[in-house]
Amino acid sequence: MTTPIVSIRNLKVAFAGGAVRAVDGVDLDLGRGEAVALIGESGSGKSVTLRSLMRLNPERRTRVEGSITVDGRDVLAMSARELADFRGAVVSMIFQEPLLALDPVYTVGQQIVEAIRRHERVSRAAARERALDLFRRVRIPSPERRLDAYPHELSGGMRQRAMIALALACRPKLLLADEPTTALDATVQIQILLLLRELQRDLGLSIIFVTHDIGAAVEVADRILVMYAGRIVEEGTARDLIRAPRHPYTIGLLKSRAHGALAKGARLEAIPGAPPDLANLPPGCSFAPRCPLAIEPCRADRPPLVAVKESQRARCIRTEAAATLAPQLEPTG
Amino acid sequence: MSANASMLSILARRITYTIPILLGVAIVCFALVHIAPGDPLVSVLPPDASADLQKMLLAVYGFDRPYIEQFGRWLWRAVNGDLGTSIATGRPVAAEVFKAVGNTLRLAVLATAIGFFFGALFGFVAGYYRDSFVDKLASALSVFGVSVPHYWLGMVLVIIFAAELGWLPPTGAGPGGSTDWAWDWAHLRHMILPAVTMSVIPMGIVARTVRALVAEILAQEFVVGLRAKGLTDRGIFRHVVKNAAPTALAVMGLQLGYLLGGSILIETVFSWPGTGFLLNAAIFQRDLPLLQGTILVLALFFVLLNLIVDILQTALDPRIERG
Repeated sequence: MTTPIVSIRNLKVAFAGGAVRAVDGVDLDLGRGEAVALIGESGSGKSVTLRSLMRLNPERRTRVEGSITVDGRDVLAMSARELADFRGAVVSMIFQEPLLALDPVYTVGQQIVEAIRRHERVSRAAARERALDLFRRVRIPSPERRLDAYPHELSGGMRQRAMIALALACRPKLLLADEPTTALDATVQIQILLLLRELQRDLGLSIIFVTHDIGAAVEVADRILVMYAGRIVEEGTARDLIRAPRHPYTIGLLKSRAHGALAKGARLEAIPGAPPDLANLPPGCSFAPRCPLAIEPCRADRPPLVAVKESQRARCIRTEAAATLAPQLEPTG
Repeated sequence: MSANASMLSILARRITYTIPILLGVAIVCFALVHIAPGDPLVSVLPPDASADLQKMLLAVYGFDRPYIEQFGRWLWRAVNGDLGTSIATGRPVAAEVFKAVGNTLRLAVLATAIGFFFGALFGFVAGYYRDSFVDKLASALSVFGVSVPHYWLGMVLVIIFAAELGWLPPTGAGPGGSTDWAWDWAHLRHMILPAVTMSVIPMGIVARTVRALVAEILAQEFVVGLRAKGLTDRGIFRHVVKNAAPTALAVMGLQLGYLLGGSILIETVFSWPGTGFLLNAAIFQRDLPLLQGTILVLALFFVLLNLIVDILQTALDPRIERG
């Protein structure tokens, strides 16, 4: 296997002078051309992990430990200048709400041209020509006209396509997608997911995709990592996690989806309790207070990652008991 | 619709909107002066004038007609550029007012330019380095600018730079008094002290506005988006300026409007022959035509400035409806 494009080792990110541990010891490897999804609920640390890869968390208020290597380069050691040259050219990001993530007083075309000319010495006309190609590539209809539109003049799906075009403008190797479909209508979500998967295959992109929607994760990702309270609690192929989840939290997430036709009057199963306070984490497994299988040792020590099989690992000492809890799901195609 | 055609139609619509405003302004101007107590002829009549003479003069100036007729005649003449004759000096009001407006405009534009430059500078630095020492200093300066009494500041500056140091003249508009203006040092040096005094007001307000704007813009998600595509602080600065410009310019335009009309105290302190000085004289002499004419012209300028600000904002901010 060639060297991975991303390698994160024991990443710890804390805010508020170290009091709030948003990310607490994450390891992640991403192969070239691979797509992984980071899933978890709000506050699980998935977006913070993603932003750490480009050092986009507010520098003054953030404390970062561990190591992050992207394309062979140590991200945490970069100077401001190196970081600016690295962002957009090697790694780029798609945001959750493109209406907020694009500058409202510049046209989308101007913003793409700006990104290209920031990293490459090309004329304005040549950059615009490339922006036009990108718009065709992400299948925006009447691309010439749309290039001159301001973000608020586009529909939600169109804006996200424009955002993807912007992210791809300088042919990055790694694409980070921060809940790219959360703000969109269900029908548009599918189109965007299919577009991302197609682009990934055609351009050989590596993608890290953050979402709280397992369905979206399965569409795009080869591998899924489940995060809870700043730690990765389970990882495996999309197939492993859907068919045979082994961490009680993953099982809870799967059960709490409105899957297929939910009979009228049937109760949606929810995980009891609320995520822990990140400033005051329990000493053992952080999911133990909400876990139906928790036993004394769970509360005492932090559980290690247990290999369930070659491609699947869970941070749980009760994976065998959890197997009996797993929902009986028909394959989702 | 093409961008040009839509811009033209906006222009036409905005200009149409100003017509009822102008009419309202004219009514208020006219009414204000007639509601105020006192006899308009008191300053030209000798105290022992006969009743007949008083009646005759009232008829000559038209003060004996019904208000509605007086207003109609006054408005018609005003539209044709004739603002009547000053009771105190016997000269045409229009000429007096426009000479004064020229002086005030020069002063107000210079003061606004100084105030806007430093206000925007302080505001930017304060908003960028929020809660730092620089921010606190800039905030203190802007509070000082908004709250210090300007006539007092003017007098202090005169004492320091004119009386003690003797660098600049204390009062007046130049060697030739109020009649001849030229863009040379002999005249410009007369402008420095009043302009600096006056600039403190817009400086404080612009600084506070820009600080709040910059802080708000920097907290927006798109700034993270700009960093994510590799922009450095300098590149982001351009975006912040373009986002802040419409609001900052609007505030500047309004400040210029206030300075045009609201500089009575400063013009009096510096004996600057502008509209404030003229208004002051007109009020004390009960010179109704002069007072009406001056207020009307100032109000017209204010409406015109608002119109310009409105159009500029529409041109600069794509989010404002253009259809």
